Amino acid sequence: MKKTHMCKLISKKTLAGDVIDMKVQFPEESKPGQFIHVSCGDGVLLRRPISICDAGADWLRFTFAVRGKGTKKLAQYNTGDFLNILGPLGNGFSIDKKGDKTPLVIGGGIGIFPLLYLSKSLGAKTEAILGFRTKDLVIMEDEFKGTCARVHIATDDGSYGHKGFVTDVLKERLAKGDISSIYACGPSSMMAAVKKIAEDENIYCQLSLEERMGCGIGICAVCVCKSKGEYVKVCQNGPTFDSKEVDFDD
Amino acid sequence: MINLEVDIAGVKLKNPIITASGTFANGREISEYYDLCELGAVCVKAITLEPRRGNKPPRIAETPSGILNSVGLQNAGLAYFMKYEIPFLRKYDTKIIANISGCTIEENCEIAKRLGNLVDLIELNVSCPNVKEGGVAFGTNPKITKEITKRVKENCAVPLIVKLSPNVTDIKEIAKAAEEGGADALSLINTILGMQIDVNTRRPTLANNTGGLSGPAVKPVAVRMAWEVSSITDLPIIGMGGIMSGEDVAEFMLAGATAVAVGTANLVNPTACVDIKKEFINYLDENNIDDVHEIIKAVKIF
Ligand SMILES: Cc1cc2nc3c(=O)[nH]c(=O)nc-3n(C[C@H](O)[C@H](O)[C@H](O)COP(=O)(O)OP(=O)(O)OC[C@H]3O[C@@H](n4cnc5c(N)ncnc54)[C@H](O)[C@@H]3O)c2cc1C
Ligand SMILES: Cc1cc2nc3c(=O)[nH]c(=O)nc-3n(C[C@H](O)[C@H](O)[C@H](O)COP(=O)(O)O)c2cc1C
Repeated sequence: MKKTHMCKLISKKTLAGDVIDMKVQFPEESKPGQFIHVSCGDGVLLRRPISICDAGADWLRFTFAVRGKGTKKLAQYNTGDFLNILGPLGNGFSIDKKGDKTPLVIGGGIGIFPLLYLSKSLGAKTEAILGFRTKDLVIMEDEFKGTCARVHIATDDGSYGHKGFVTDVLKERLAKGDISSIYACGPSSMMAAVKKIAEDENIYCQLSLEERMGCGIGICAVCVCKSKGEYVKVCQNGPTFDSKEVDFDD
Repeated sequence: MINLEVDIAGVKLKNPIITASGTFANGREISEYYDLCELGAVCVKAITLEPRRGNKPPRIAETPSGILNSVGLQNAGLAYFMKYEIPFLRKYDTKIIANISGCTIEENCEIAKRLGNLVDLIELNVSCPNVKEGGVAFGTNPKITKEITKRVKENCAVPLIVKLSPNVTDIKEIAKAAEEGGADALSLINTILGMQIDVNTRRPTLANNTGGLSGPAVKPVAVRMAWEVSSITDLPIIGMGGIMSGEDVAEFMLAGATAVAVGTANLVNPTACVDIKKEFINYLDENNIDDVHEIIKAVKIF
């Protein structure tokens, strides 16, 4: 039977500004693209969904931005404390569809976190396009350099790397004609743009979506996205979807 | 051994723990976390005659000690339920309660008729706050409550539970109307209509603008209503609203509930129902109670 895990926090770091990186002991295997559902502590009723950023035989790592009540509380845990974690949940990325040329991972802001573990599994040819608001918020560049053949950084204000959106870099990069698949995670405006670009170029594209969640396991049907005119559950049917299955019409 | 068995309108539940509709889907996911035989009954997600798409997301917001939801009765329709979900649930030694939520009286009658005795009990949801037609519109008017109960009852091959809305001035009046219409049991409460606004964007959190409040925040309201209703009827009551622990179960039973349903707690912890059941048994044990009936309606009112 599946169950929740009480996981010991074995390391905690602060990356840029309000981004916390945690590593916990974890008894189950997980796939890139899956997420965990974490109890944040007293006074926070619902769990919070966070992507698996990396994992090994008996540990996993997740990285989160401190936003509201839940993530504030979660950030207060220290090494040696135990976290109540449900997971791994959801479906991983379809690595088997990466094609035989260059796979590309593309992420904006907190969307980059699930892509690190993914890039490890996609192989050494993988390239990454990572977007941030400004230079001070650029994180994990070296780690992605360790797993990818090339890392392209974009900042909204041009203070580091390319100036502009990740999708601008994507269009330029596609021009070479050697990209065989695209894996994306980020805000929905970015996802809609990536979907369109990939489909216009006829390249396999998978998206990892975010929606406000309840249970995380498919019982409450709140975290839906639109797929072929119907609402499907992000936690159970996703969070990874082939771009062609997702409608961004509203 | 403590006697946990309770009777809802002639249907024997091996213990008083039921899942609240809409917080358990149809049991498949949770069956990977524990054996559904542990439950007194499974109450399934709302059923409508045709598949229903539900409301636009976001459909959930967290509030102090509670949640707001605006799912809007998304379900795959009656035919799918009968073909796939009933056979699945029948593999488990537990009772099945079908929560029916048609938009019209006729639709509810049709669903009840087609379900026949394939389920053990039917729960008529006259209290959903998240849909435009039907739902709470039936359950806030005593005349309509009586009428719909009577008509659906005529089409029921199994006992009928009417699920009451807390969004009324006097729930006793609605409970009486359901009883006069021929209800065999009452369940309460459904969610309380609520709203949350993001002060930065000035937009409601829910795309539906409003939603139904559930979880610990509603418990005192629900306990009060269970107590009020139990004071005016002898029909069995299924109490719910914010149950998170074994002591919460005891509280509802003391107020007059014969059984209870656990909702939001399932969203927080997939094993909530069995955890709560264990705690409830401990409570009975510690208080030297060897039959749950000893605590039903046993509140000592001032
Ligand atoms: C599958 C998935 C994977 C995610 N992975 C990561 C990750 O790796 N790193 C990271 O920093 N964030 C990630 N997020 C977003 C993260 O869940 C939210 O930032 C977090 O829930 C905010 O909680 P809060 O209490 O701090 O904010 P509040 O605004 O107080 O939260 C209130 C409610 O809204 C929900 N909520 C708020 N913002 C979001 C959001 N953007 N997405 C989903 N639910 C939200 C919360 O879960 C909570 O239920 C992921 C979301 C999903 C759905
Ligand atoms: C996500 C969600 C979906 C629900 N869907 C239904 C439903 O389909 N039919 C129904 O009668 N009640 C529905 N309810 C109400 C619950 O069954 C229950 O009456 C209410 O949530 C109070 O119990 P709780 O506080 O333990 O959750 C839903 C509640 C939630 C939280």
